[in-house]
Amino acid sequence: MNKEETFRVQVRKVRRLLMLLLALFIISGGGMLYYMVNPNALDFMLKPETVAFKPIEVDEDRIENGIHVRTGLVDAEGLMTVVNNCTNCHSSKLVTQNRMNAERWNTTIKWMQETQNLWDLGRNQEVIVNYLVTNYPPKAKGRRSVLTDIDWYALED
Amino acid sequence: MKRRDFVKKATLSSFASLIGADLVFGSKMLKGYTPLALQDPDPFKLFNKHKDMVVLNDKPWNIEAQAHLLDDKITPNSCMFIRNNGLVPEDIDPKTWTLTIDGESVKNKTSYTLSELKSKFQQHTYQLTLECGGNGRAEFDPPAKGNQWTVGAVHCASWTGVRLRDVLEDAGIKNNAVYIGYHAIDKHLSMDPNKEPISRGCPINKALQDETLLAFKMNGEDIPLVHGYPLRLVAGGWPASVSGKWINRISIRNKVHDGTKMTGTAYRVPCEPVAPGDKVKDEDMCIIESMPVKSIITYPKTGAIIKKEKSLNIRGHAWAGELEVAKMEYSIDFGATWNTCPVEKPKNRLAWQHFSATVNFPKPGYYEVWARATDTNGIAQPMLLPGWNPKGYLNNACHRIAIKVT
Repeated sequence: MNKEETFRVQVRKVRRLLMLLLALFIISGGGMLYYMVNPNALDFMLKPETVAFKPIEVDEDRIENGIHVRTGLVDAEGLMTVVNNCTNCHSSKLVTQNRMNAERWNTTIKWMQETQNLWDLGRNQEVIVNYLVTNYPPKAKGRRSVLTDIDWYALED
Repeated sequence: MKRRDFVKKATLSSFASLIGADLVFGSKMLKGYTPLALQDPDPFKLFNKHKDMVVLNDKPWNIEAQAHLLDDKITPNSCMFIRNNGLVPEDIDPKTWTLTIDGESVKNKTSYTLSELKSKFQQHTYQLTLECGGNGRAEFDPPAKGNQWTVGAVHCASWTGVRLRDVLEDAGIKNNAVYIGYHAIDKHLSMDPNKEPISRGCPINKALQDETLLAFKMNGEDIPLVHGYPLRLVAGGWPASVSGKWINRISIRNKVHDGTKMTGTAYRVPCEPVAPGDKVKDEDMCIIESMPVKSIITYPKTGAIIKKEKSLNIRGHAWAGELEVAKMEYSIDFGATWNTCPVEKPKNRLAWQHFSATVNFPKPGYYEVWARATDTNGIAQPMLLPGWNPKGYLNNACHRIAIKVT
């Protein structure tokens, strides 16, 4: 092998090495660039099912055992009028906690219209008040009730 | 850091401050994923509450304790009742939060950042009893309107902050000052931006008491969001609605504050006693100030069955609004006889006081242990419901637990 040929072989070797380095540089640089744009690309553990997904109820006004499931209100005449007018701003729990006669419910509705942005209920007002006094009537409690629903347990100490 | 990453991290860290905990693996959270606490309607996780707390209302959130949950001398967050008139605010940035002192009777309208409040004024810590004005409403007959609280709308936590007096005096109080009124950032249920869910206050002399704080810590930590983070007015001994949450403005008024829930029947009782169910005109209703004397048996939980030869140790707390509890008694025969038992002095003014007793029962059977506190003016708790009022406030009737001796 003469000197010239040896030199050419060495040049080829150097060139191959340089090409390899360039290729590595391009691949890793490209990869890093991709990672900068998509920081989650290397998180192989993340599976799509970890995303919270709430299935849409087929019937959000379904009734089970005489109870409107979404609000807990009793299924009776006027139910949906109450649901549509009385559970937008506050929970149905505020409705069912309160036991009033028709006069006090009408006063309460007037107060909500004057101060809480409740709309004019029109003929629905009678439907709503009838539903409430029929299904959630006041219970007499007197000056002091007996203790009820006691959960008895043995006290050791 | 790229802008998107920065925004994501910033949102997560402010979220972490909302729920009071760091989000582990927060940086690995997928884009568009809403953290569980904000989407989950489970209030026990959302507010870190004990599983035995009772949800009265979920919009707005109103949650009360049961008597046995209040056994700690200093009530932990997990057992503190939640009372809201509007919607719990979100996206609070403590760095940009300011408190403004204004009103007809301020000398110089002044705004303070949180760090200014913390650095400019001396800090104080007090245990303060806060009881909802409507605690016990569920017992009134005819029923009174509103959330039907039973016994658990009371707590005594340790609050740290600066004195409201120091801040008001820094801004300057004119001689004609009568009242203060707070304003906060919570939204009205109707989402009407022009309506405040609640804006109450107190007479200037209550505002200037040593114990009336602008608090930023509760039980040594940042106040939990639902209890008023980052700044809460705390006025012990008065209806808890005076202790406004998420406060960003306090007005020094030259008349009785006329904000939402200061007028009409809200937090007012008839100036003169009325018969149950009577209608009362607005002008005949007077604003509630100090809460009345009251007590609660926190141990044992009602329903304990004990052996005949065993005595029963009971304990609980007693409080008396602006006053102190001077005497504590219990009865096991429906008030026919009363036994005096020791009650500790309060840790500081307006903190609840602790009592304990050892009770012996003469023979097997069903008993009720009734507790009765008497304040320093000699006024005791009634065994029956006190005077009926249209909104069912101030029920301080004796608390009782059921016991069976076998």
